[in-house]
Amino acid sequence: MHRVNLAIIGAGPAGMAAAAEAAKAGVRVLLLDEQATLGGQIFRNVEVGSELRGAVLGRDYRRGALLTDAVAKSDVDYVAKARVWSIEENHVAYSTPDGEYLVEADHVLLATGALERAMPVPGWTLPGVMTAGAAQIMLKQSGIVAREAVLVGSGPLLYLVAVQLVRAGFPPKALVETQTRSDMRRAMTHWRAAMRGWRYLQKGAATLNELRNAGVPRYVKSRNIALLGSRRVDAVHFSCGGAIHEMATDTVLLHHGVVPDVQAARMAGIEHHWNAQQNAFVPKVDPWGRTECDGVWIAGDGAGIGGAMSAELSGRITGLAVAHELGSLPRAERDRRANPLIGQRNVELSIRPFIDRAFPPYHEALAPEDEVTVCRCEEVKAGQIREAAEQGCLGPNQAKAFTRAGMGRCQGRYCGLSVSRILADANNRSMDDTGYVRVRPPLKPVTLGQVAALHDPNAPLEQAGGHD
Amino acid sequence: MKPVSRFEELESGAPRVPVRFGGQEYQLAEGSNLAAALMAAGVDAFRQTSHRGVGRAPFCMMGACFDCLVLVNGETRQACLMEVETGLDVQPARRMREGPYASR
Ligand SMILES: Cc1cc2nc3c(=O)[nH]c(=O)nc-3n(C[C@H](O)[C@H](O)[C@H](O)COP(=O)(O)OP(=O)(O)OC[C@H]3O[C@@H](n4cnc5c(N)ncnc54)[C@H](O)[C@@H]3O)c2cc1C
Ligand code: FES
Repeated sequence: MHRVNLAIIGAGPAGMAAAAEAAKAGVRVLLLDEQATLGGQIFRNVEVGSELRGAVLGRDYRRGALLTDAVAKSDVDYVAKARVWSIEENHVAYSTPDGEYLVEADHVLLATGALERAMPVPGWTLPGVMTAGAAQIMLKQSGIVAREAVLVGSGPLLYLVAVQLVRAGFPPKALVETQTRSDMRRAMTHWRAAMRGWRYLQKGAATLNELRNAGVPRYVKSRNIALLGSRRVDAVHFSCGGAIHEMATDTVLLHHGVVPDVQAARMAGIEHHWNAQQNAFVPKVDPWGRTECDGVWIAGDGAGIGGAMSAELSGRITGLAVAHELGSLPRAERDRRANPLIGQRNVELSIRPFIDRAFPPYHEALAPEDEVTVCRCEEVKAGQIREAAEQGCLGPNQAKAFTRAGMGRCQGRYCGLSVSRILADANNRSMDDTGYVRVRPPLKPVTLGQVAALHDPNAPLEQAGGHD
Repeated sequence: MKPVSRFEELESGAPRVPVRFGGQEYQLAEGSNLAAALMAAGVDAFRQTSHRGVGRAPFCMMGACFDCLVLVNGETRQACLMEVETGLDVQPARRMREGPYASR
C-alpha cells in the first residue's frame, strides 16, 4: 500500500494552504478533492475561469490564483475527482474515475469546508429552487446565470451572489431578506470587535451600495415565506411591512448562512459540541487544528465558520504543526512562523460575532411547520419528526428508525441539523443532549464493487500517486 | 418541443456536442458541467423521488444533496460532478432505492 506523511481531504483555501506549507517543510503530501479543479467553494475554477468571469466575481476571487499557484509549484501530489469515502485509523479510501485507492497516512487533515445551511420552507424542494451558492457555482464553473432570480434569506453570501448577478448583467428581481432591525441592534453590541474587521464592513457597505444603484428591491424583515408551484416553482409568497406579496419568478435562490461540513469528522468519531453563536455543531479542535483522535486534524470552515482568509490561515497553521509533529520542523521554527498567522486569524475572526448576530438563521426554517419537508432524500416532513418525538424519540438516530429521516444518499447533510433542532425543541432538551445523526462509511456513495476492489487481496490495487 | 431556459450563458465559445437526456437530444458546450448545461438547456427535473415520485432538480451544485442524480450507462451519477462529453446518453433517475449504496 502507498504511504504518505499527510493526506489532506479538501482542496479549498484551508487544504491548499496546509498542503503548500507542509510540503515546503519537506512533508510528503497527498491532496484529495472530489471536484475537478483546485479552489474549494470560494475559489472554484479560479485557474480556468475566463477574464469575464474574473471581472464578475471580483478581486477576492482572483486572489485564489495565488493559492493554486503555490500548490502547483510545490511537490504536493494533488488528485482531482477523488472522493474520499472512508477514513479508518490512518487509512484513507477514495475513488477516482480510474479506480479505487487506499492510502496509509501518518496524519490526516480534514479540510472539507462548509455547506449552506438547509432552509426548509414550504416548496423548497421544487425544481427552480436552489441555494444561492449553487447559482454562484454555476457562474464560477460554467459562466451560466439565472435570469430574474429572487434571492431569499440573509447573510453576506446572499448579497455577494446578488451583486455578482448584477455584474454579470442579470440583476436579481428582488432580495427577500429575513433579518430584522433588532438583529442589527444586537449585532451592534459587537461593534468594537467588528471594527477590527473593518475591511469586511467596508466591503459589505459597498456591496449594498452596488445593489441599490442597480435598483434591486430589498424586502427586509420578511416573514411567512412559501415557494409556490406544482411541477416547478413559479412564485414566492411572503409578508413584509404589513403587506402580503406574491412575486412571480422561475428561480429562487435560498441562503441563510453556512455551517461546517462535519460528515468526515463525525465519521472519524471526533467529538462535537453545539455552538449557539454559529447555530451549528462544531468539532473539538485545539488552536493547531489537532483533534483528540490521534493523527487526525481539522482546518478551515469545517472546524467552525471563519471565512476564506481564516481558512487559509488555519491551513497554514496546521501545515506547520504537522510538519513539526513529523520531525521536519523544530518547535521554535514552527512557533516563529505560526505566531503571526495566529494573530492574523484572530483579527479575521473578530467580525464573526457581528455577522452571526446581524444575519441569524431564518426562524421559521429552524422550526418548520408540520407540512414542510425536512429530509429531502426520504421526503420526511417536520410533523413526522414531531410525531416521533411524541412517541418517545429523543435523538436523530432513533428518528431514523421511526421516519427514515437522514437515511438517504445525502446522509443527513441537509436534514441533520433540522432533525436535531426539531427533536430538541419538541423534547425540551439541549442540542448537545439531542446529538446528531451518526455518520458511517461510506461517506459518499460507492458501489459494492468499489468496496470489494479494496478488500480483494488478489485485485491489483493501484497505488496512490500514479495518476498522471 | 424544447423547454424555454431560465438561464443565460455568458460565454458561448465552447464547441457544442450532442447529449441525450430522457430521449431528447440537446447540443451542450463540451467540457462544461453537465448539470449546469442541462439546466441552461431548459431541463427541470433530473430525478424522481422514491416515495412520491415528484421531480427534483440540482439544489447544491457541489456534490452534497444528491438531487441531481441521473443514470449514465446504467450507473447512478451526480450530474453536478460530471462534464459534458459527446454522445452521453443520460436518463433521469427514477424512483430508485435510496441509501448510501448505489445499485450496479
Ligand atoms: C456554495 C458555497 C459558496 C461559497 N462562496 C463564497 C464566496 O464566494 N466568498 C466567500 O468569501 N466565501 C464563500 N463561501 C464560504 C466558503 O466556503 C469558505 O469561507 C471557504 O471556502 C472555506 O474554505 P475551506 O478550505 O475550509 O473549505 P472549502 O473551500 O469548502 O473546500 C472544501 C473542499 O473539500 C472537498 N470535499 C469535501 N468532502 C470531500 C470528500 N468526502 N472527498 C473529497 N473532497 C471533499 C470539497 O469538494 C471542497 O472543494 C461559500 C460557501 C459555500 C458552501
Ligand atoms: S446538485 Fe446537489 S449533489 Fe448535485
